[in-house]
Amino acid sequence: MTQKKPGTLDRRAAVHELLRDRGDALIVTGLGSPTYDVFAAGDHPGNFYLWGAMGGAAMVGLGLALAQPQRPVIVITGDGEQLMGLGALATVVTKKPQNLTIVVLDNGHFGETGGQVSASGLGFDLHRVTVAAGFAAVELYELAQIAEYRPRLTTIGDGPRFVTLRIAPGNLPRALPAREGVYLQQRFRAHLGFAVE
Amino acid sequence: MGSELDWPAHIYRALKDARVQQASYVPDAGHARLIELLRNDPDVHTTVLTTEEEGVALSAGAWLGGQRAVLLMQSSGVGNCVNMFSLLANCRIPFLALVTMRGEWGEMNPWQVPMGRAAPQAMEIMGIKTVRVDTAAEVADAVSAAATMVFDGDQSIAVVISQKLIGRKQWVAK
Repeated sequence: MTQKKPGTLDRRAAVHELLRDRGDALIVTGLGSPTYDVFAAGDHPGNFYLWGAMGGAAMVGLGLALAQPQRPVIVITGDGEQLMGLGALATVVTKKPQNLTIVVLDNGHFGETGGQVSASGLGFDLHRVTVAAGFAAVELYELAQIAEYRPRLTTIGDGPRFVTLRIAPGNLPRALPAREGVYLQQRFRAHLGFAVE
Repeated sequence: MGSELDWPAHIYRALKDARVQQASYVPDAGHARLIELLRNDPDVHTTVLTTEEEGVALSAGAWLGGQRAVLLMQSSGVGNCVNMFSLLANCRIPFLALVTMRGEWGEMNPWQVPMGRAAPQAMEIMGIKTVRVDTAAEVADAVSAAATMVFDGDQSIAVVISQKLIGRKQWVAK
């Protein structure tokens, strides 16, 4: 097992760059820092922030992508969260959702709990796994690469896509969106035009 | 099959009447015919899972996107779902599961017994109402009633299908 080059991207800058032209994309975030990063890039009713349900972000994204095939769906989560739901990579690939992109902010650490090293930080190569699994997979190290990739996020047709963003370890000041799940659920559905009955 | 009634077909009809458009599952012999019916329906997205908690998250995503979903599993899968059930409770997301029981009747595999015994309580303590069905004649009505409470009343409900109804597993050819 060879150790990879450490990520150096600033996570907030990376997510901000990624979502600069989100169009009508719907976004699901994994608990912890990815939720804060997406909120910091700009709150939006088409954002569904997870504050728990660890390991479930990609599957929430899949259910949403199947229900809304004409809308780009972007899951933004961390390496620790995705590693807890690694089986979901197999499940997602079997459904071939053309509108789904999973973005993992990979710093090789569990940031929320004190910076413990994750399997990714110990040499497990998530990017190569996603390539082997059959995703249209890329690994990005620089902001310019994110800017170049960005238009693909809002296109439909070459999914499922998987983007590993190699970010720097370390915690930034928290940016906290609403935690009230019923509110987030109803706000999201209202954004798609579903009435509260 | 434990009954001459084609109860899986009745469940399928009840799910269609409830406008369920997504179905996910970890296979169980007791759900085999229902899975086949759902997979042959081009209007239902069927998703085979690697573990049952994926289905809880998938159902939540479907609801966010405006579709109704059902999760099929056997009782052993309930334990895999426990933390993911918090997603439903926090966001009050409607959730329908059909759980086939193992480890409670004519079971010769003791490894099925502990989780089978705990499965209904595990769901109840996480806020999922359980509706137990013991006879083929009552299955479809139970699923239909549960679907109404789930999708029109924003509840989380599991219809628990008894092992006696599913029938004994045949371990050796007769």
